[in-house]
Amino acid sequence: MNYKYILKDLLESRGMQMEDLKELYDDEVHIKTEPENFKGLCLGLHKELGSGVMMLFAADERSTRGVFVIRCVFLGAKYKRWFIVNMDVSPENPRFSSLAKDIFSASLFEREMKEMYGIEPIGNPDPRRLNLHDEVWPEGAYPLRKGFDISKIGSTGSKEYKFKKIEGVGVFEIPVGPVHAGIIGPGHFRFSSAGEPIINMEARLGFTHRGVEKEFEGKSVLEAVKLAECVSGDSIFGHSLAFSAAIEKICGVTVPEDEQYLRVMILEIERMYNHASDIGGMALDAGFSFPSMYASIIKENILELNKVLTGTRYNKGFNTIGGVTGLLSGDKISHLSGSLEKILKDFKELKDMLYSSVSFMDRVDTTGILKKKTAEDLGAVGLAARASGISMDLRKDLPGIYDKIIFNMARQAAGDVLARLNVRIEEFETSAGIIKQVLEKLDSAPKQHQPKSINMAGGSALGYVEGWRGPILYWVRLDTRGIIDRCKIVDPSFHNWTALTFAVLGNIMPDFPLCNKSFDLSYSGNDL
Amino acid sequence: MINILKNRLFKGIVTRPITGKEASLCKSVETIGEELKAEIYKKFGRSLHIREVDTGSCGGCESEIIATTNPIYDIQRFGIDFVASPRHADALLVTGPVSKNMKLALKKTYDAMPEPKFVITLGDCAAGGGIFKDSYYVEGGVEKVLPVSLHIPGCPPTPTDIIKGILAFLR
Repeated sequence: MNYKYILKDLLESRGMQMEDLKELYDDEVHIKTEPENFKGLCLGLHKELGSGVMMLFAADERSTRGVFVIRCVFLGAKYKRWFIVNMDVSPENPRFSSLAKDIFSASLFEREMKEMYGIEPIGNPDPRRLNLHDEVWPEGAYPLRKGFDISKIGSTGSKEYKFKKIEGVGVFEIPVGPVHAGIIGPGHFRFSSAGEPIINMEARLGFTHRGVEKEFEGKSVLEAVKLAECVSGDSIFGHSLAFSAAIEKICGVTVPEDEQYLRVMILEIERMYNHASDIGGMALDAGFSFPSMYASIIKENILELNKVLTGTRYNKGFNTIGGVTGLLSGDKISHLSGSLEKILKDFKELKDMLYSSVSFMDRVDTTGILKKKTAEDLGAVGLAARASGISMDLRKDLPGIYDKIIFNMARQAAGDVLARLNVRIEEFETSAGIIKQVLEKLDSAPKQHQPKSINMAGGSALGYVEGWRGPILYWVRLDTRGIIDRCKIVDPSFHNWTALTFAVLGNIMPDFPLCNKSFDLSYSGNDL
Repeated sequence: MINILKNRLFKGIVTRPITGKEASLCKSVETIGEELKAEIYKKFGRSLHIREVDTGSCGGCESEIIATTNPIYDIQRFGIDFVASPRHADALLVTGPVSKNMKLALKKTYDAMPEPKFVITLGDCAAGGGIFKDSYYVEGGVEKVLPVSLHIPGCPPTPTDIIKGILAFLR
């Protein structure tokens, strides 16, 4: 079905023309609108496409065009395209009409724009800052504006963050963090509970904020690939790939087929070791340590396999703009096939151990339910969304090279910890299947590896990858010299942290670690 | 239960005396580990307890620290353990370039530790801020906030690097 039918009505009812629509590359549809139509158009697209706000961000184009530009990105899976609505915002008293009350998934993005650019979302019910904590950062300093100068910031902040207050007889608050008991990233959780069950949970994040997006600006694309690898340590390859995909679109680079397959292979390996690690983590958080140790052996074996294949345990430096930095020799491929069999055998044992333990199954079954309706309303993505019955996987929705590979999307309906466990187990096995298919295809694909030469060009594009946690999105704009002017990153964790705070409601406190692990969200990918 | 017993029997000891390619690695872990154990006995009486704090790392370093506790590297057998509270710790292991938001929490964690105590930094970000050193929101390394006794470089350092690093320091 052609997407133009749905857009025609949406546009014409607002006095706009089909000429306001621009197709870019083969998967982006851009709609330029006036500020008064922005909200209506976004709500219309949200309804028609059934997509939450995937990205909503600003860019400072005051030096070239004298305005801030706001872009709102929706996924049109049916039409195999991204729909991007954009509008100019005047730099004097920058403001726009908030979407947050109608689409929840816009809320955090709007707060982010407010703290980073000083663009006010009129009508957003939550004025608190996300990453720039009130205790250490003054009001009125907007770091993502061009020309921001750290030395001109006078006082540091001194305000205190206000948590939601739950009051009543027998209600007490439990603050946790930012430093947690385990070896894990920092974040603050505030629980309110009456007796055992949690009646409210609020996550205050931003503790690992490092100014990543600002760091991208002014860098050449090759420097920036290295930076993309440092955004989230468990999705190193995924982030690097999503960034490269954006640059490849802008510069019109075609990646040779065999290198595309190698990328798929490494991306699936990344999915496997993370899923293994999380399955073990869930067992550990239910107090079941033997399978947890078993899973850590599987993870270690995969990391060592990485070392053999790409030279580093986390595949750092293997991806580059235009493809990969080296092809895999015959012995590496045979090593991979051998290791894969061993890993799958271990994994089957792990699976049997977990599924045959009645007490473990009792812990995970019906614990931490994220209802489908809630997941849709919050705009949950990736693995957590699939476990709640939402069909969403960029490997199917916008497949690229995945079109040539046969696999099923793992999906569960229950939305509990068990459902997320099942999705992980199924995806682990699916990934192994994908790698086997890739190995067959690599045999016949022509070997075309050569040093990459890229003709840099200006422009902007959206790069995306279905990482193990969900869709990783990079919107990048290059200036005419090929230097990065703006890079907006959205890690799936950014959408899913709120989903976790809803999934734990009604569960007892001791089940929180289990619920948390079943989502396993990134602190650093969220905080940037 | 039967599955666990079966796996325990069939899997045997994975803590690396394994044949083939990994043999040399296993050997190095063993020798490093034994030396380390002796050093810890000498310096700390019984064992070295470490509290880990992430001040804005990407999570790669955490992944490798956790790997040192897996059955293959099994750092606990040498008397080193990671503890849940700074009150139980001899050493503070810090990763990340120190985000402004974490500065206070880092100091408080350090202050909560009993004497004698020392600070180890791990990963390239923790020393001077690494790739994020010019950012508006990082303090630029742990040494700006706390006295650092040992740095273990790498992005991220491997589990073997981590064990080796601690050994070199205790000498």
